Amino acid sequence: MRRSIRFLLGHEERELHDVDPTMTVLQYLRSEERKTGTKEGCAEGDCGACTVVIGEPDGERMRYRAVNACILFLPVLDGCQLITVEHLKREDGELHPVQRAMYELHASQCGFCTPGFVMSMLALYLNETSPSRDTICDALAGNLCRCTGYRPIIDAAQAMYDYDWQDPLRAREAETAARLTALRSEETLALVRGDRRYFAPQSVEALAELLAEYPRATLLAGGTDVGLWVTKLHQDLDTVVYLGAISELHTIVEGEAALEIGAGATYTEAFDALARHYPDFGELLRRLASTQIRNSGTIGGNIGNGSPIGDSMPVLIALGAELVLRSREGERRMPIEDYFIEYRKTALRPGEFIERIRVPYLAPEDQFRCYKISKRFDQDISAVCAAFKVRVEQGRVVDASIGFGGVAATPVRARATEAALKGQAWDEASIAKGEEALAAEFTPLTDMRASADYRRLVSTRLLRKFFVETVDLAEPTRVLAEEVV
Amino acid sequence: MSAQTRNTRVVHQSVPHDSGYKHVSGEAIYVDDIPEPRDLLYAYARLADRGRARITRLDVSAVKSAPGVAAVITPADLLTNDIGPVFSGDQIFADGEVQHFAQPLFAVAGESLDAARRAAKLAEVEYEDLEAILTCEEALAKESYVLPSKYFRRGDSAAALARAPNRISGRFHVGGQEHFYLEGHIGMAIPQEDGDMLVYSSTQHPSEVQHMVAKVLGMPDHAVVVETRRLGGGFGGKETQGAHIACIAALLARATGRPVKLRLDRDDDMLMTGKRHDFLIDYDIGFDDDGRIEGADLMLASRCGYAPDLSHSVNDRAMYHADNGYYLPNVTIASHRCKTHTVSNTAFRGFGGPQGVMAIEYVMDEIARKLGKDPLEVRKINFYGTTDRNITPYGMKVEDNILHKLVPQLARSADYAARREAVEAFNRKSRYLKKGIALTPVKFGISFTNKMLNQAGALVLVYQDGSVQLNHGGIEMGQGLHTKVAQVVADVFGIDLERVRITATNTGKVPNTSPTAASTGTDLNGYAAYNAASAIRRRMVKVVREHFQVAAERKIEFHDNAVWAGDERLGSFGEIAKLAYVNRVQLSEAGYYRTPKLEINEDGTGRPFYYFAYGAACAEVLIDTLTGEYRVLRTDILHDVGRSLNPAIDLGQIEGGFIQGMGWLTTEELWWDDKGRLRTHAPSTYKIPAIGDLPRDFRVQLYEPGRNRENSIHRSKAVGEPPLVLGSAVFFALKDAVARARGDGQCPRFDAPATPERVLMALQEPVAPPVVSAAASIEEPAE
Repeated sequence: MRRSIRFLLGHEERELHDVDPTMTVLQYLRSEERKTGTKEGCAEGDCGACTVVIGEPDGERMRYRAVNACILFLPVLDGCQLITVEHLKREDGELHPVQRAMYELHASQCGFCTPGFVMSMLALYLNETSPSRDTICDALAGNLCRCTGYRPIIDAAQAMYDYDWQDPLRAREAETAARLTALRSEETLALVRGDRRYFAPQSVEALAELLAEYPRATLLAGGTDVGLWVTKLHQDLDTVVYLGAISELHTIVEGEAALEIGAGATYTEAFDALARHYPDFGELLRRLASTQIRNSGTIGGNIGNGSPIGDSMPVLIALGAELVLRSREGERRMPIEDYFIEYRKTALRPGEFIERIRVPYLAPEDQFRCYKISKRFDQDISAVCAAFKVRVEQGRVVDASIGFGGVAATPVRARATEAALKGQAWDEASIAKGEEALAAEFTPLTDMRASADYRRLVSTRLLRKFFVETVDLAEPTRVLAEEVV
Repeated sequence: MSAQTRNTRVVHQSVPHDSGYKHVSGEAIYVDDIPEPRDLLYAYARLADRGRARITRLDVSAVKSAPGVAAVITPADLLTNDIGPVFSGDQIFADGEVQHFAQPLFAVAGESLDAARRAAKLAEVEYEDLEAILTCEEALAKESYVLPSKYFRRGDSAAALARAPNRISGRFHVGGQEHFYLEGHIGMAIPQEDGDMLVYSSTQHPSEVQHMVAKVLGMPDHAVVVETRRLGGGFGGKETQGAHIACIAALLARATGRPVKLRLDRDDDMLMTGKRHDFLIDYDIGFDDDGRIEGADLMLASRCGYAPDLSHSVNDRAMYHADNGYYLPNVTIASHRCKTHTVSNTAFRGFGGPQGVMAIEYVMDEIARKLGKDPLEVRKINFYGTTDRNITPYGMKVEDNILHKLVPQLARSADYAARREAVEAFNRKSRYLKKGIALTPVKFGISFTNKMLNQAGALVLVYQDGSVQLNHGGIEMGQGLHTKVAQVVADVFGIDLERVRITATNTGKVPNTSPTAASTGTDLNGYAAYNAASAIRRRMVKVVREHFQVAAERKIEFHDNAVWAGDERLGSFGEIAKLAYVNRVQLSEAGYYRTPKLEINEDGTGRPFYYFAYGAACAEVLIDTLTGEYRVLRTDILHDVGRSLNPAIDLGQIEGGFIQGMGWLTTEELWWDDKGRLRTHAPSTYKIPAIGDLPRDFRVQLYEPGRNRENSIHRSKAVGEPPLVLGSAVFFALKDAVARARGDGQCPRFDAPATPERVLMALQEPVAPPVVSAAASIEEPAE
């Protein structure tokens, strides 16, 4: 087993032996490398001040994505290129177009968020050639600025393509890809630092073996939640097993009857297939987290940690998704709603992991919508998240599946409401009954996101909205939709 | 080169922020980026995990003996625990009694932050819970105040209310706000010889940090130097609060003889430091059939927290702005400064002013709804006059009113009347989505209402090569202050901006500075720097006249990096500087400025403001009546910055201020549980506007012809705070949408922030009958 990680910092190779597995990339940059351009604003992946760009080889090309360094554990960099704000300026002092546009268009005031914006915009610059305003806003939804009000930043993101520039990262990408491929090794990474261990197996079999040996290990996928256990809760994680190096877990297979998503696929990797097969899920995924989080976070992780407020679960429940769990003993399957037992307690057994999620395709006669209610549209945790699927034949509901988040200790299936609707006419009267059943079905809590009363009321209203959207296609119902303006 | 071809002056130009290049390249240095000194220790403050409670036991012996710990300080180790900036009460640590949830108990310095934090957990703390007052309502009922109540009275509001043909009354609540500067609080203290202390602090008020550190160390002020190059945002949150952090770092540095850094992580920062005051507002208003106010009783009660901090001035400013741009002939404004067992609230951009404005704007909106009129018409009919109806409730004559011009200009450019019709037409068609629109003004008083603070100093140094070093008492926190002041100095000398080097604000260079606050940074420091540079220039002129034998009638001019007698170029600025040096002429100057015309009587009346800044915003929103979700479709702003020193920077202040004000009144909700624990203490739970919240259609203009009638620096106007108030347009557009969607044209009590939940609930609730609260009577208690 390998005891060191190897990566490129800009274009310089780094090899680090037995690093502290839960040191974050941000801590490493600021305290070990003394590169202080990358800032800590929140240490929870919510403000974007720490945004860096990670490069990974894809054949002879490089794939670049913006991520939050504040919750990214250092060993995850193994085999990657890390780009920070310090790497952009040319040696002669000429600013990168991203920087130049920000500077010339007065897009920085206090400047503390600026390096993070610059890095999110760099990823956009490298990946898009003429992004729409929506694409720009989406790329920057995970970067908070408290000074400018954002207008000049949007202007800069539009103007950055106007400068003549041969991007050095793109110019060197074949070389970089080759260097990184050479750095990568098939040997399992295994770091030991005091009481702490970190493993990065590269196959499902190796993972199963490791988990049999360390059944209580913390499974690390995107780290967008596990990272916070360290940076916010200051927990000591003694054994961490990283899933990101297992390419099988990143696969997305469009099967005969179902879409199969590897548990290690990031939201970004899964986005296209999900948005294509389940319209409306795409918009929810966009709003569920910022670009940086979607570039790290995985659907498997969202399910795995069993939070009552993860947004993918209500949708997957409504879609009738099935989990494929694996351990050294073999494979078992269960409907996703059975996975959640109580608050933060799941059906996952020691030594077991989620291998993939099977999501049946919608039938042409299925009606499906999903909704996310939060104080802010982007990068906010839901007060209520709801997903509805009904099949109506000859005016009657023949099948209904409804998933909710934010109304109970786990993501839940609204079985009583489904029962109240099944067999009924798909009309106002049945919806009124459905609303009654829904209002009685859950006992939500009051917390900082919403009151119990609002959660209950808005849940019933979402059922009504779903109904309206299935019967009156001309009536505008979404404030974010463009056509209403 | 002749005078005709002379380059454009550097003032009134949109030059980029002085640190812009360093911001985008990551080279700008904030306190946490300063190369760490050898032997640096990292501090951590252990916060109480209870609300108000008696501390029955605090044993830190296990902390002291933990690995990697260099020192622990507790209240018992302090010379003084009091760091109240004006009145006593604000504390370094809870001493015997926890005053609010997350108040610091003690602090540890360790070899690493991790070591300090782990050690701090080992303390044994026992508490006995005490009854706590958490809200303004409870504080009013129990008459729990941090400072005495205060009143403005003009005319006889009771009689006017009694005889007015129409009368409304009600109550609503305006929430507080977390600053959410991206850079959290930080202080680094480095011991010097003779027990002196050098402190790098993220503060808007280095002189106060200097004084507080000196006080807690038991040293004279001269033993402490505080330096601040820039802040990653301040917004008032670093006006007094930075002293707390700096004092802890300095005390630990004193205890260990080693440098100590204390950097608060986001959660601790949000839990430990003060915020914008939330206000409970009662109104009782009499008006005629046109909506013109005849009598007004306003009660403003604010949650100050456990100690005074700056609450006296914050609440004063709320009172000074409860008229906004409106003449209130008979008025009583009562201000109660509630003591609660919550964090001690502090300055926040607008400093109580926005809350005062919200009171009267809410009233304007309610009058219009009562009369079935366009709220803009009611606003306009109540505007201050120019020749009469122009005396504020505190006796100051409004001499520079432009609202009667500015507001109609915005109404025209924003097409307000037609869009109001269009909103109505949309709402008739659309069953679930409804629109609303509002146009609201702001009049904002410029000057510290604490008169002594209206002074500033600057130090300008000209070197023999003609390069200039500029230092002044103001803090650069993103607002572009340093850029503007450098423009002023470069203009005096007629040199390129690059020739002026801006240096870190340092108490050893300019003493006794005021906080960079109250929007006055440029007005005060710009003028002080102007005075300093002008004095040097006068001396240079004298040398030039003598040396070149320039006749008295020929004018000596400084432009294009040179000194001129008419068209004759006498030498580069550097050559003339050298000439002055050779002739033994002083090339440095400490400039000074104090704001003229200010008079403030003991009761708060007089002329507290040098001038007013004006602006207005028009916002259109779309709400979802099924869920309460909403979106701002368009915003138009017209704002008065006088003659702008830097239009790009002023535009940035206006846009940024508006979005911050919008956030305050929409998504930014501070939420405490029933034990007084703040549960919104990170960006995951506290939602400031994100990029998608920017109105899709956003049109912002500077008011032309803006020119300050007062002799401010180059006739510019202050711009930091006033635009924040413009966020109210979004709030009142939401209120408008709710009233329209209800069909009855009325809106039940509508508290800020108007979260989606508040919007949905306001659509359900009946309009409550008017209530005048008994608890919050505006009458002064009998002596």
